[in-house]
Amino acid sequence: MVRKKADAGANRPRLSLHVPEPKFRPGDAVDYSDLVIPEAGAQPRPDETCQASDTYPLCNDMIRVLGSNHRAHGPWDPRLSPDALRQILSDMTLVRTFDNRMYRAQRQGKTSFYLKCTGEEATSVAATRALDFEDMIFPSYRQQGCLIARDYPILEMVNQIYSNRADRLKGRQLPILYSARSANFFTISGNLATQLPQATGFAMASAIKGDSKIAAGWVGEGSTAEGDFHSALTFAAVYNAPVVFNVINNQWAISSFSGIAGAERATFAARAIGYGIAGLRVDGNDALAVYAAERWAADRARSNAGPTLIEFFTYRGEGHSTSDDPNVYRSAHEREEWPLGDPIARLKAHLIAVGEWSDEQNDALEHELDEQVKAAQREAEKNGILGHGLHHPFHTMFEDVFEELPWHLEEQAEQAIKERQIKWPD
Amino acid sequence: MAIELKMPALSPTMEEGTLSKWLVKEGDTVSAGDVLAEIETDKATMEFESIDEGTVGKILIPEGTENVAVGTVIAVLAGEGEDAAVATSAPSAPVPQADAPVAPAAVDRPVAKSQPAADPDIPPGTNIIKLTVREALRDAMAEEMRLDDRVFVMGEEVAEYQGAYKVTQGLLEEFGPQRVIDTPITEYGFAGIGTGAAMGGLRPVVEFMTFNFAMQAIDHIINSAAKTNYMSGGQMRCPIVFRGPNGAASRVAAQHSQNFAPWYASVPGLIVIAPYDSSDAKGLMKAAIRCEDPVVFLENELVYGRSFEVAQLDDHVLPIGKARVVREGSDVTIVSYSIAVGLALEAADALAAEGIDAEVIDLRTLRPLDKETVLASLAKTNRLVVAEEGWPGCSIASEIIAICMEEGFDDLDAPVLRVCNEDVPLPYAANLEAMALINADKIAAAVRSIVGR
Repeated sequence: MVRKKADAGANRPRLSLHVPEPKFRPGDAVDYSDLVIPEAGAQPRPDETCQASDTYPLCNDMIRVLGSNHRAHGPWDPRLSPDALRQILSDMTLVRTFDNRMYRAQRQGKTSFYLKCTGEEATSVAATRALDFEDMIFPSYRQQGCLIARDYPILEMVNQIYSNRADRLKGRQLPILYSARSANFFTISGNLATQLPQATGFAMASAIKGDSKIAAGWVGEGSTAEGDFHSALTFAAVYNAPVVFNVINNQWAISSFSGIAGAERATFAARAIGYGIAGLRVDGNDALAVYAAERWAADRARSNAGPTLIEFFTYRGEGHSTSDDPNVYRSAHEREEWPLGDPIARLKAHLIAVGEWSDEQNDALEHELDEQVKAAQREAEKNGILGHGLHHPFHTMFEDVFEELPWHLEEQAEQAIKERQIKWPD
Repeated sequence: MAIELKMPALSPTMEEGTLSKWLVKEGDTVSAGDVLAEIETDKATMEFESIDEGTVGKILIPEGTENVAVGTVIAVLAGEGEDAAVATSAPSAPVPQADAPVAPAAVDRPVAKSQPAADPDIPPGTNIIKLTVREALRDAMAEEMRLDDRVFVMGEEVAEYQGAYKVTQGLLEEFGPQRVIDTPITEYGFAGIGTGAAMGGLRPVVEFMTFNFAMQAIDHIINSAAKTNYMSGGQMRCPIVFRGPNGAASRVAAQHSQNFAPWYASVPGLIVIAPYDSSDAKGLMKAAIRCEDPVVFLENELVYGRSFEVAQLDDHVLPIGKARVVREGSDVTIVSYSIAVGLALEAADALAAEGIDAEVIDLRTLRPLDKETVLASLAKTNRLVVAEEGWPGCSIASEIIAICMEEGFDDLDAPVLRVCNEDVPLPYAANLEAMALINADKIAAAVRSIVGR
């Protein structure tokens, strides 16, 4: 007998779909009071070689060091010297100054694209300062702070952004997709999350070779949805690879809020639990906490105790890039209401509170760094800006496709150069 | 010097916009970061900030102007210590000379490799042995692993199980689990891991159980391995071999019977090798492992068990990028690679009985493609057929035909034909499968149609 369609499952509840929606849209008043921000210094610090499971409470907590009194608290205080702290402050300030100038350069048409990391400076600068210089960095595209924290010349960065004749990448890459072997900083990929399995592979190679270098990868919270994130964690867990995964949870993936990547269900740090690796959730706007967590994970990896997944909880202070206008999808009040403050302001206040810094010194530093960026920019402009014709020689286009220039590419190059000479004799 | 303020591009695709509002007026002093104007595009309204300090000279485009092209000078800014009035006439900025020499870009122009080297001579008296392709590949990997401790093998079932097709037989026993690594089941994962390991200074040989499964790893092969050297301006290398069986196997149907050679062979930065016999498999695998560039090494499941003669040399390495004339002839050239070389030879035997003398070329390397050998043969025979076990569209056959048209046109006495599989997913049923695949009869028939005998 044919059952009537209308009766099928009539007494079952209708299925419904949940589509995550951010709490605030443009114009909305912002209230972050439901965000749990634990007290600085209250989080326990297990030994670096502990069982991964000892870290699991920390995946749902938030490691914080700098308190509201601007003092360092608790077992995660990395006890850095005032010089080391001033270095981190200076690096972060340089990153912000550089971002501001390059952003304006894009608005002036000197480059086609730029991308700031405003508000997230600590997650790259302090984390990089916690690594060994030999450790390989596998960044995403918002980690200019890693290069600056490795003292990479900002002139080289501007040359790359302008894609001029001094660009070390020979005009081949989008602005800001840096590559710097001398700084142990891997080529940034435009494809999301590919750097994570590569970081794991690099780390496994390091272990196979009996080396002491580890690898550290950075990825946005949105990209944790990529298959590569999960492949990387699987391999890292299976082979106990000496790698650190830094998830920068800046709340927004262009216009998709973190809930679209799963933040409504679990923290990103808690992904570590399912893989059986160590996990930490950290106040990403607290440079001391960032340094301490990254250092803990690096020491753990270096002592063969395994990989760590760190979630840095932070906020993307500006648009995704120069091609984005965040005013159309999020409330402008979010940044000012952000309960974790600004990483640069917090570290500055800490240094002043412990008597190692002053507003005058800070003004002088800002001025000096601004002059430094301006000088680099002027110097770079001598080598050309976007569209001014000061590029690498045409022949270089055919180079580096392979280790050696093969005959068929030399043939193509010669033919193309000849044709150009016929069409444009000058 | 006065500074021209140009209509900014707010995104890479923006071509024009509306200058909706000036927030400064002529004579105002501005410093870096001050908002000068608001500019509207179809996407958003953006603030236009000053990058330099100075005095606003002449405003050339009034507010409310629509369709202002990117790059248009909209105002002039007088720099420090300059008279704003001087800056009111729009100066023409000198255009830098394009080819002015500059130190940082001084380029060491790499020397192009001349035409690929010929196969090394085999010294007289060398012992010749019979070896299966499977054994030849294994021997090549084992020899390179003995010579270079950076070389390791990774993939699903390559260690304990000795490889799904037993190509890694004995490697685990000799080299141990650190160098012969069974991986979790994720081609995407281990292709990325291998790519990272190559960047980290090792020489990975990544086995795909079949290239059908490498489909999910293709992003790492093409977007990471093949391009890292170029994108990093030559700073970072990725010397890796991706290997495994490719092409139709037997009775494994649509998802497991595909030739991806043309896909990989179209990508700059990859070396693509697809050998036929044991000697080439061994010599080219050794070359692939030593290669500084990423290599896609395409084997064939149906050929693994076939035996061929191999010279017993201490170090049998063959040149990448060099085709081989496997049978000399004068009437027609059959160009082929991988399993279809065997079919081409079979067809040549059948044609010989009819008095047609066919030359057979095994391309061996598909990127870079040895067109010189193909064109030299065409100049001799004036007729050419391409035999390929794969789909006809956008194929290696298409590429060979294009080369013959572009560079061998005067030598052609007949159109170049391609003999390929039918343009359908491979069916499972034995009769349908046989009908869909290339065979020696189809090749011979194509040859007869252009030889005209």
